[in-house]
Amino acid sequence: MYVAVKGGERAIENAHAWLAEERRGDKSIAELGIAQIREQMKLAVDRVMAEGSLYDPDLAALAIKQARGDLIEAIFLIRAYRTTLPRFGASQPVDTGAMACDRRISATFKDLPGGQVLGPTFDYTHRLLDFKLAADGEVPKAPQRDAAAGDVPHVTDFLNREGLIEEAPQDDTDPPDLTREPLEVPADRALRLQALARADEGFTLGLAYSTQRGYARNHAFVGELRIGAVSVEMDIPELGFAIEIGEVALTECETVNQFKGSKTEPPQFTRGYGLVFGQTERKAISMALVDRALRWEELGEDDVGAPAQDAEFVLYHADNIQATGFLEHIKLPHYVDFQSELELVRKLRCEAGADQAQEAAE
Amino acid sequence: MTQYNFAYLDEQTKRMIRRAILKGLAIPGYQVPFASREMPMPYGWGTGGVQVSAAILTPEDRFKVIDQGADDTTNAVSIRTFFERTAGVATTTATSDASVIQTRHRIPEEPLTEKQILVYQVPIPEPLRFLEPRESETRKMHALEEYGLMHVKLYEDISRHGHIATSYAYPVTVEGRFVMDPSPIPKFDNPKLGDMAAIQLFGAGREQRIYALPPYTKVVSLDFDDHPFEASKADHPCGLCGAEESYLDEVIIDDAGGRMFVCSDTDYCERRQAAGHVGKLGGKDAA
Amino acid sequence: MQAETLSGGFADPAIQSAQAFRGVMEAMARPGTVRSISGATPPAPLSGAAGTVLLTLCDPDTPVYLAGEADCDAVRGWLAFHTGAPLAGPSHCMFAVGTWDQLNPLSVYKIGTPEYPDRSATLIVECTELTGSGACLKGPGIKTSSALSVPEVQAFQHNTALFPLGLDFILTCGNTVAALPRSTRVSEADGATEVSSCTLP
Repeated sequence: MYVAVKGGERAIENAHAWLAEERRGDKSIAELGIAQIREQMKLAVDRVMAEGSLYDPDLAALAIKQARGDLIEAIFLIRAYRTTLPRFGASQPVDTGAMACDRRISATFKDLPGGQVLGPTFDYTHRLLDFKLAADGEVPKAPQRDAAAGDVPHVTDFLNREGLIEEAPQDDTDPPDLTREPLEVPADRALRLQALARADEGFTLGLAYSTQRGYARNHAFVGELRIGAVSVEMDIPELGFAIEIGEVALTECETVNQFKGSKTEPPQFTRGYGLVFGQTERKAISMALVDRALRWEELGEDDVGAPAQDAEFVLYHADNIQATGFLEHIKLPHYVDFQSELELVRKLRCEAGADQAQEAAE
Repeated sequence: MTQYNFAYLDEQTKRMIRRAILKGLAIPGYQVPFASREMPMPYGWGTGGVQVSAAILTPEDRFKVIDQGADDTTNAVSIRTFFERTAGVATTTATSDASVIQTRHRIPEEPLTEKQILVYQVPIPEPLRFLEPRESETRKMHALEEYGLMHVKLYEDISRHGHIATSYAYPVTVEGRFVMDPSPIPKFDNPKLGDMAAIQLFGAGREQRIYALPPYTKVVSLDFDDHPFEASKADHPCGLCGAEESYLDEVIIDDAGGRMFVCSDTDYCERRQAAGHVGKLGGKDAA
Repeated sequence: MQAETLSGGFADPAIQSAQAFRGVMEAMARPGTVRSISGATPPAPLSGAAGTVLLTLCDPDTPVYLAGEADCDAVRGWLAFHTGAPLAGPSHCMFAVGTWDQLNPLSVYKIGTPEYPDRSATLIVECTELTGSGACLKGPGIKTSSALSVPEVQAFQHNTALFPLGLDFILTCGNTVAALPRSTRVSEADGATEVSSCTLP
């Protein structure tokens, strides 16, 4: 006999128990610690913090463990946690010019004040599997030098002095907050950058790549890419001045884009900007390219109909938590909608069949 | 889960949602933007409905959750459990005992009363979205009451198929002004939207919209003089309770094409069976 | 800081604001019904109901206009302490509170835009009486017709004519609350107070 699908509750409990068991895996293998993930899976932790919009390496590591290494699931855990946190205020804008750089490169100048610092990059590694890692070899200590004193100026400032690059307009108005107000289009640049900073890395990469291949090509050079720690300061009303409340690691990318001028602007270089939590340079460069593509309107360029130029398309589809939720929801039961479609299709077929029969008879 | 606030959301978020609900009630059928929060369940799985429920529930409420009309489908169970844990509300599966009912894709068969609130989970709140993907454009269309495109689409269906080929999420006009998406309920349920005694609230989390129908609101399914709206269902009685007037799910019962039709509203069906109504396949082996 | 400023808030904010909101929501959904809400004890001249509505709906995101006598130190301090809502003039507020005369003229408040009609002010009108009799109401939320003691009829008719733009009103008196959304059509009752005497189409 048919029994209505009962026992959903028990099925869920059992599924959760099985999931926990699978998460742990073979118990003869030592369990992974949060500190191990935080220290040894750092780039995953950084991505989870960036797209989760919450700077907390321990929580990000916990989320990665809980999500069994599924980073979008881990980002989701962080986002859901983040929304429950009270908000004490907004920090001062961080000064990336005062960043303690681990890495700082420019593709536009061979040498420059502050120097080229390669830092801990995969860039020139040969992508050969290192079997020594499988045999848990100790790592020799990397050579060190004393930290260079003083700030590291931005490359775009040099170009700025000559008037060769557009001015980055100063704007002291409070930026909108994507996490507290519904997204509204058209979105200004501050809101677009905010959305891109937590956008899915893969989606942003794909869009940025499309601009390089000709869909709104904007000839980007990496003027500068820097990775390092900046201090975060917050105004304390009771004190009447700002104090340092902590430090975050950031990746900043400024692109210098060729620009032949438009109806409204003279020929000069233009800017694309990317700023992301952690060591996340693929994302930061992608963000800068997409940012530049989205600026076509303010620079008086033509809308060539490229996906990366379409702010509404980009902003409404860049969030992987929204996207994955809606995509995966089609796993939920749709008996009712499907049933109504079944009836409709049967009805249409039935009538089409009747018509054909009639035509045949005529 | 004691570290979380009553009904999970913080008070400021609830206030923001409550303000949106009031504006929604004041402008029936208009989609109020709201700053939807990330919830501990995925977007697309009822986060809009969950946020609306969280903003309206009180400890005195009795909460019912249905998905596809059923109380015991997994996502309904999951949402019900969430509110049992975070709001400590009593829950029920009996439609008539519930003060707040959260639903996905159905309106209960049993008429609702003035003491009840129906909260819909909405995936795509914009009825014009599939005709015009841009929010900036559809917003203008609503502002200008420019709904010609929707009528053209429906009429194209008629000229091609002889029928309007929309069977669920069938658009309605509210109080002669806003065209509204009733969420993916089958069009069988559309006539219940208007003149309902209960308050109807619609929450779309991912799309960040809340809208509402106050009780006894005039709701008209879009149609044409020569092709009036028709609420349809499978032309069978329920195999378990014999109901002739309820919306039915089709269930495949063997691998030889055998199937049966049963009420999608599980509470309605169980009550009828308890009252002695028996369908053709009730109480004996169907296969 | 005055003791009055610190007291009179919700003892249990999550629960009391949920209960109060249900009262306000039911009132907004069913124009003409009068409900009791409680929880707040604001300083004079605010009524308990008006104070409860403010605590339930206002916070740092909602500029509030205190009209007339409501704009006093006691109310300012109380509102700031319990809600953090910034004060604003009538043309920039999301909520306004005061008596009908003090809230007028209505033309200065935000009525929303064609694309965002929800971006309009909600006026909390302190009334000397609030009963389910008087002017005749029809529209969404009302089965056939209902009645409500409104401060005047014409202003609401003008407001309804702006639909979908317009103001929404929460009427308060003592511990009772009623509401008149912009969608409600208000007309003079035909002499009697019975709902059956309405003459609206």
